[in-house]
Amino acid sequence: MYDYTEFDAAFVAERNRQFRQQVERRLSGALTEDEFKPLRLMNGLYLQLHAYMLRVAIPYGTLNSRQMRQLAYLALRWDKGYGHFTTRQNIQYNWPKLRDVPDMLDALAEVGMHAIQTSGNTIRNVTADHFAGAAADEIADPRPVAELIRQWSTDHPEFQFLPRKFKIAVTGAAADRAVTRAHDIGLQIVRRDGQTGYRVIVGGGLGRTPMIGKVLNDFVTQDDLLPYLEAVVSVWNLLGRRDNKYKSRIKITVHEHGIDDIRARVEDRFNLIRPTFTGVDLALFEQIKSAFAPPAFRTDSTAVFDTSYRTDPIFRSWADTNLAAHRAPGYAIVQISLKAHGATPGDATAEQMRVMADLAERYGHDELRISHEQNVILPHVHKSDLPTVHAALKKHGLATANIGLISDIIACPGMDYCALATARSIPIAQDIARRFDDLKLEHEIGELKIKISGCINACGHHHVGHIGILGLDRAGVENYQITLGGDHTETASLGDRTGPGFSADEILPAIERIVRTYLDYRDSPDETFLQTYRRIGMEPFKTALYDNAGANAYAAQ
Amino acid sequence: MPRDFTPKVVTANALIEGDVVYLTRDDQWTRHMSEAELITDEAESQLRLLMAQAQTETVVGVYLAEAKAGANGPEPVHFREAFRRTGPSNYRHGKQAELTDV
Repeated sequence: MYDYTEFDAAFVAERNRQFRQQVERRLSGALTEDEFKPLRLMNGLYLQLHAYMLRVAIPYGTLNSRQMRQLAYLALRWDKGYGHFTTRQNIQYNWPKLRDVPDMLDALAEVGMHAIQTSGNTIRNVTADHFAGAAADEIADPRPVAELIRQWSTDHPEFQFLPRKFKIAVTGAAADRAVTRAHDIGLQIVRRDGQTGYRVIVGGGLGRTPMIGKVLNDFVTQDDLLPYLEAVVSVWNLLGRRDNKYKSRIKITVHEHGIDDIRARVEDRFNLIRPTFTGVDLALFEQIKSAFAPPAFRTDSTAVFDTSYRTDPIFRSWADTNLAAHRAPGYAIVQISLKAHGATPGDATAEQMRVMADLAERYGHDELRISHEQNVILPHVHKSDLPTVHAALKKHGLATANIGLISDIIACPGMDYCALATARSIPIAQDIARRFDDLKLEHEIGELKIKISGCINACGHHHVGHIGILGLDRAGVENYQITLGGDHTETASLGDRTGPGFSADEILPAIERIVRTYLDYRDSPDETFLQTYRRIGMEPFKTALYDNAGANAYAAQ
Repeated sequence: MPRDFTPKVVTANALIEGDVVYLTRDDQWTRHMSEAELITDEAESQLRLLMAQAQTETVVGVYLAEAKAGANGPEPVHFREAFRRTGPSNYRHGKQAELTDV
């Protein structure tokens, strides 16, 4: 893992010192709120419905046990004993007091973490595939380049006042687990003629005007990557609409100018600035890369795992659902579900964070990952340790076997916390998870991703959910629109709206009708919800949702 | 014809804690919506808003929220204000854990 250099540590310490003084000046009245607000946002501090909220970056979703323990400490010392992991690999604390925030930032700096550029019109936390460095299908670990981009983008003088926020995601595998096609820039590491380079995708994004990203360049070499990225952001910085914040993201710029025009402008800009990159970035990249060298994987028997798998059905169910293929023989990637049925998606208590940190330290080469799906990953666990790890997780409510299933729901904080929300998300997620747990249907249903946003800004990624739910305010009442057929992977697509929305009371029965329609129509248990939807289209689902006869038939079941 | 004015309360967040607060008749800030001043006159509401917005050392994000008269003082009209008055629905945190009369 990357450890802060003296430069990094000094930079963060300086920013924290400045922010401490800014808070003091705000409290003394020397700064007005109008003056203070941009300063606090630059340091990840929002004001929400009930309290302040501090958003801490977890760059490319990677943590070590010490960092995870410190996140637990912050939750206990300055918050209400829990934290909320987000779809952009951040953690949010929902209850900090303004005067405590400088201490929280200092505590984060002790473990090489910060909240810089987690808000504001800057380049935000760089996210990556949560299986990075472990996935069997990976071409290269995306984290070194993500760290390079973090360093390049942090306090980049040209990019502190962009037209709007700017989000970058990186994947090192063809299977896209980082939602790269719904980012301002998505990078995919590719190989061509024995050389490693990057496919650059631009103009993806969700929100009010959802767009799937377009390929700007099929292959950019490592040597050219940073100047190329700088050219992209630079072109948008000039062209991007500052007159209308709903049209300011690069997806609109690409849409209005066309990808070919943007490509030509980027080429021009690239040619201009390329000579100013003297190779320092490449030397730095090599240093960073060495910090991400794979751990020393051990060779050991997996007999213990095999026995537990054969004899313990609960362990087997968890192993079948929550493990993913690791590239090292005898190892597995463990996905820890933060989606216990009825719990708040993405929330972990301080105690749970400590348990996960301990397991990572003892059994996981000291590494943890946060996924954009709001779960925690132990990327490197030897199979012989899995029964022990599972038992420890179970004791702390962390062994729910539901990864990728209907109760593994992405949900934004919604109107329970967020000042922008138009409806609640969390209670809808809780209801759906509880209902399908009661029905004992979720393993039969198989892979099905429900994503819920509490407003049009789509932090809950509803457009790319197999079933997407968008909470709106319709004449002072919560109302939920449904989309079907969204896909967040390399075959990305936006979901189609079913029709009129449903009230908070009606949304759960509506989801149940959709799922039962799928079960009726699927070819075989192997055909996933998304495959069935792509084969049969919207009509059967519409009928089940809106046709009275269809609705009654299911209501009677 | 202009729309009829609906009653309002002045609300904000406390600068240090971030707690939801309401302006009372005697120019104090209270954590209890029931103790807030229910303003029924539009011109008066604008004056009260301006006065509250000037208190930048105490509160942030001042605005007028629709409210109605209830048995024990003002009550929220919109569900957003109902959540602000009590706290999140997933945990018993916020005002619902700290206050007894909400």
